[in-house]
Amino acid sequence: MAGFILKRLLQAVFVVLAVTLIVSFAVRLSGDPAIMLTGAGSVTEQDLKNIRQALGLERPFIVQYLSFLQGIVVGDFGRSFMGGTSVSKLIGQALPATLLLAFASLLTSIAVSIPLGVYAAVKRGGAPDQLIRILSLVGLSFPNFWLAIMMVLFFSITLGWLPPSGMEGPKSFIMPALTMAIILTATNVRLVRTSMLETLSQQYIMVARSKGLKDWVVLYKHALRNSAIPLVTYVGVQFGNLIGSIVIVERVFNWPGMGTLAFDAISARDYPVLQGSITVLALFIVLINLVVDIAYGLIDPRIRTE
Amino acid sequence: MNSAPIAKPAGSEAAGSLLSVRSLSVEFGSFRAVNEVSFDVQPGKTLAIVGESGSGKSVTSLAIMRLTDYTGGRIAGGEILFRPSSGEPLDLVKASDDRLRQIRGNEIAMIFQEPMTSLNPVFTIGNQIAETLILHEGLSSRDARLRAKELLQKVRLPDADRLLDRYPHQLSGGMRQRVMIAMALACRPKLLIADEPTTALDVTIQAQILNIIRDLQQEMGTAVIFITHDMGVVAEMADDVVVMWKGNKVEEAPVREIFAAPKHPYTRALLSAVPRLGSLKGEPLPKRTPVTVMDGGEPKLVGETRVQDTANYAKPILEVEKLTTRFDVGKTFLGRVTHRVHAVEEVSFQIYPGETLALVGESGSGKSTIGRTLQQLIEPTSGMVRFEGRDMNAMSHGERRRLRQQIQYIFQDPFASLDPRHTVGYSIAEPIVVHGLIKDRKAIDRRVQELLEQVGLRPEHAKRYPHEFSGGQRQRVCIARALASDPKLIIADESVSALDVSIQAQIVNLLMELQEKRGLSYLFITHDMAVVEKISHRVAVMYLGQIVEIGTRQAVFENPQHSYTRKLLSAVPIADPQRERAKMRIEGEIPSPVRPVGQEPAIHRMQEIEPGHWVALEADAIRGAA
Repeated sequence: MAGFILKRLLQAVFVVLAVTLIVSFAVRLSGDPAIMLTGAGSVTEQDLKNIRQALGLERPFIVQYLSFLQGIVVGDFGRSFMGGTSVSKLIGQALPATLLLAFASLLTSIAVSIPLGVYAAVKRGGAPDQLIRILSLVGLSFPNFWLAIMMVLFFSITLGWLPPSGMEGPKSFIMPALTMAIILTATNVRLVRTSMLETLSQQYIMVARSKGLKDWVVLYKHALRNSAIPLVTYVGVQFGNLIGSIVIVERVFNWPGMGTLAFDAISARDYPVLQGSITVLALFIVLINLVVDIAYGLIDPRIRTE
Repeated sequence: MNSAPIAKPAGSEAAGSLLSVRSLSVEFGSFRAVNEVSFDVQPGKTLAIVGESGSGKSVTSLAIMRLTDYTGGRIAGGEILFRPSSGEPLDLVKASDDRLRQIRGNEIAMIFQEPMTSLNPVFTIGNQIAETLILHEGLSSRDARLRAKELLQKVRLPDADRLLDRYPHQLSGGMRQRVMIAMALACRPKLLIADEPTTALDVTIQAQILNIIRDLQQEMGTAVIFITHDMGVVAEMADDVVVMWKGNKVEEAPVREIFAAPKHPYTRALLSAVPRLGSLKGEPLPKRTPVTVMDGGEPKLVGETRVQDTANYAKPILEVEKLTTRFDVGKTFLGRVTHRVHAVEEVSFQIYPGETLALVGESGSGKSTIGRTLQQLIEPTSGMVRFEGRDMNAMSHGERRRLRQQIQYIFQDPFASLDPRHTVGYSIAEPIVVHGLIKDRKAIDRRVQELLEQVGLRPEHAKRYPHEFSGGQRQRVCIARALASDPKLIIADESVSALDVSIQAQIVNLLMELQEKRGLSYLFITHDMAVVEKISHRVAVMYLGQIVEIGTRQAVFENPQHSYTRKLLSAVPIADPQRERAKMRIEGEIPSPVRPVGQEPAIHRMQEIEPGHWVALEADAIRGAA
């Protein structure tokens, strides 16, 4: 197991290297920050050049990249082009908001999908199964930004129950978390159902029933853990998608998270903030997948002893 | 269907019955899998339910515990009267779910066919045995663990203490089946239902498992319902026998009566198809004999009696010399190999035109690896293979392709080896097209139809898909496909092992008939000694990657010299309840062919004890076998 984790950590280092390289390169295709800083109008080419010089953008790409890397190692992502705040500080403020939202959505989704998926599998072909399948298809078909806007219209504007934006108190979590959870749940329910159906057809489930165990013990002790591998894999993949869609959801709800930070940084061509925030998000995705790999071993002893 | 009277069980209202099944019918949708079946099980006795696939025997066994509730089955009628150890007798058909759960695993327990999949892979052995004890006997987990350990010792598993914390995948099939038995017997049930418990196991392991079941049954006074298709196992285990056919009970009688005077034509057909070890005693050559098959409810004799005098010993068609095949397993962090499977170690043999050489052995003996190496599916590590005098190593790419046409393969599972999305005609034509044997489309179709007729199918079957055929017919299709490229040697790898006995007997006859007509050679790979006796001219016994005995079928079967050959022969259940056998007490697992790098296995020296009969010297041979 230790060798296995070491191997994955080594792989993770290479993944992070590749991500940072792509990010630094791509960021520099987005436009000239000097123009953004000065605004259109009465600047000379020389002024722009001076600004670039000051921001360190005149150096060769490889030098800029290496100094960025060097910064990552010591946890210093540089300073924002806009106002000179430390990027680490900006990320430090935004990251908890995003992570809280991401985990709230993920956990809500898992808590709902498992019982629904198991129930659908047990009642395969029956009315509850059909209903769950139809609902999950409906859930899948909604674009999340549309869902977000509809919820704001209904719960905040019509009913006035929930705050329409910002992060203040537990109530403010409900709508953004639900928006993402609904879409995650739609896929997760189907995944749990398929995976459970496969497991329920196994001989050891019949053996468990022949022991006289109660149905819920058979389902939630014997079957669920065996169905968990595909689920955990998918949650790892999902986390990546979640981070992607969070940018949009954060915009709609004006959530002070990484999505908003990155979005604003793109608009402003604020390279250090953009590089920093994307690198940190990528690090989290790599980390989650590492946790997923370790979880396999915990769930399934066959993987542990390999 | 009811052409013969159904034997009434003696005293069907028997007051002392532990279990009394009355006119039980089970339906899946509109399909009736079990039709008005009745039988009784007496306390402490063994009832065998015999039948072939589709007879309804397994459904019956599941229905007794109402486990058919979970497989989409419905009990359409009848009663299952059971006398629990405490309380009034009850009808399990009408019992509440709660009452049923008290009975399952406690009063009635079950062992299933597939030991590899019967245990939950994510829980430890100890955990799985203790679960039943905690549930039904209310033991603390500490006490349950102690009892689990005792149970593991009872089923003769060594090192029970450590086994408790092991996971199923760390155990062999035989060990898992013992764990399963320990689990089933944990609460000392009144009735044990064993559904084909040894079918998936090697013969020597099967013999051990049967012994354990028998011993524990005597010790605990458990009644057993033994579901099987193997008449040999029936003869060894049963007191009474119920024969099922197409969902109906066709006969019921004490075991000796069934074998001595079978009444129903189906029982007679079933018994006539059972290959019996020792049936060719004194005969130098294999012989095919007619098989009784059921034709629309009536028994019919098919085939002829013919001595298989087909082999020509002038010049071998295939020579294998010191063939060695190893696989790397287990690598260190840096990718260095730490362990190797020594699948085949310096194996040498020849096959002659028109001859059948049987390669027998148990799991891990390397017999299938040899077959795959000859079919060029695996590259050998070293050694020489010559086909018609030509060295395979020296062959060009084109010659190797032609060799693939000359050597064909028939697999164990006919369903898995046919593409479900193509017609069988397409599958049979494929080798002809691939090897460019016939160019004209129409001529290919004609050839496919011819081949189908040769294997006993009809030409119009070419347009059908694999799922439209029965298991036996599918194996015929596979044989037709193997014949399509007009091969000289066919490697049959457990090709008849998965088939019902009556089908098996017909396929064996078909293979022998084709050998006579076409002068085919067979390399017949199997673990089934009784089939080997019927079909083969010569036999090679393999153990841990090496041949330990090779000779004519008569020499090996009538004068077995190596201890492993003897052990293998003595382990085969004999389909004759009259015969008391001097039982060799078989113990021990089959050792693993996986070895650390650098630890080479010792190569046996062979000694010729009579012309053509070679035996490995025991001194440097396997020690654990005896």
